[in-house]
Amino acid sequence: MNQEILEHIKNSLKKGVRIDGRKPDEIRKVTIETGFLTTAEGSARVKFGDAEVLAGIKMALEKPYPDTPEDGVLMVNSELLPLSNPEFEAGPPSIDSIETARVIDRGIRESKTIDTKALCVEKGEKVWSVAIDIVPINYEGNLIDMGGLAAIAALKTARFPLVKDDGTIDYHERTDKKLDLKKMPIPVTVCKIGDVFIVDPTDEEEKAIDARLTVTSIDDKTLCALQKGGDHPLSETDINDMVELALKKAGELRKALEEVN
Amino acid sequence: MSELLAKEREVVVPGQVLANGIDYIPGNGTYRHDDKVLANRLGILSVEGKVLKTMPLAGRYMPKKDDVIIGRVDDILMSGWRLEINSPYSAVLPLKDASFDFIAKGADLTKYFKLDDYVVVKITQVTSQNLVDVTAKGQGLRKLRGGRVIKVNPQKVPRIIGKKGSMVSMLKRATDCKVIVGQNGFVWIEGSPEMEVIIVRAIRKIETESHYSGLTESLKGFLEKETGKKIEDDAPENNDQKVN
Repeated sequence: MNQEILEHIKNSLKKGVRIDGRKPDEIRKVTIETGFLTTAEGSARVKFGDAEVLAGIKMALEKPYPDTPEDGVLMVNSELLPLSNPEFEAGPPSIDSIETARVIDRGIRESKTIDTKALCVEKGEKVWSVAIDIVPINYEGNLIDMGGLAAIAALKTARFPLVKDDGTIDYHERTDKKLDLKKMPIPVTVCKIGDVFIVDPTDEEEKAIDARLTVTSIDDKTLCALQKGGDHPLSETDINDMVELALKKAGELRKALEEVN
Repeated sequence: MSELLAKEREVVVPGQVLANGIDYIPGNGTYRHDDKVLANRLGILSVEGKVLKTMPLAGRYMPKKDDVIIGRVDDILMSGWRLEINSPYSAVLPLKDASFDFIAKGADLTKYFKLDDYVVVKITQVTSQNLVDVTAKGQGLRKLRGGRVIKVNPQKVPRIIGKKGSMVSMLKRATDCKVIVGQNGFVWIEGSPEMEVIIVRAIRKIETESHYSGLTESLKGFLEKETGKKIEDDAPENNDQKVN
């Protein structure tokens, strides 16, 4: 990235103007669509402006891990597709894609959104595994927030496939049974550039950040996951301000999510 | 007997038969098959005498000699720089055309242009193999410092510049921004942060509404509303946009 353009972004931000004309705490236009991937048990497409992310849910019956014989398996995976940004390359997962998956996973896991015990079919033998895959289709920054929102929207609409009498799964048949979601964890990343806090950074703004903090919260504003990035330190007041902003923005995203069924 | 099968200014699709008979000659974006002329891309048909052409609606930039374009340094070679020019082909800026200074053999080329720098250059030649050579020596050709670069549809560049640069000079006067429009669809803008946002929105408006009549007037209204000041009528002497 051109250093002078980064400098330019920072200087404009000092005057309170973002490169695309948004206010510092403004999220791009959010659209959520669900249930259009026919081969997945649940799916969602989330758009923030031109940025676009897909999430898909796959369910399967598996043998549980030996140390947790009564727990279902929850997996989150993300892949930065080369088609979504010219800077992404095919090959082993990049640090950013691992971080995205881990932070979204942490939000869903630590908030106890999915009761893994309820996914147990036969103790020590057979449990449901729920795999969440997140891929950007058009990468324009803020993948964690978009992916986290898409994952929850997809989980919300996912339906269990039909288990046949011989114990195998017929993926062409869906039952009406949905996953029992206890909470709605929503990640919001607040970025610090200079002395300004912004949410929903674009691709270019992401390259200009000093530090960022992803705050995942549930309905009653309980925090369930945090992730700090960027190489500048954050003071205590910084963190308090960032969490407060993140909680406010999570409320807005939650409203958009509530319209999804 | 030759006959034209599609109307001028009509949208044509690849494979569409445009004319029957050998009297019509295929130009850009068309080809001859037997004695028919067919389109090979989506675009608007133009008939110039006997020559049939299709003008693309969108797509990447096709390099043309003497065009002034904005390139981004993609790679530093032994003997120059490779520039990304929003085209299927990349351009090479050779050492001898990079600067008026003498550049010694083996000198550190990043002193002149670094990776990701934007440079205004002029195309010196395009070979039949589509190797593009450019020069950074000449009036107005330079490295761009500060500001931002946006990408627009290269087919809409003439509309953004306007007749004799009328559109771009209106944009400049309304927003007090510095603007350089490259023929390849890269547009460099520098000004106050608020005005930059307005000018980007104005350029996007030109892109999407370029086919409406009265574009200049509607844009003038838009700019006056956004900037909150009156735009005086075009004074031809301050047309310093020579890119066209």
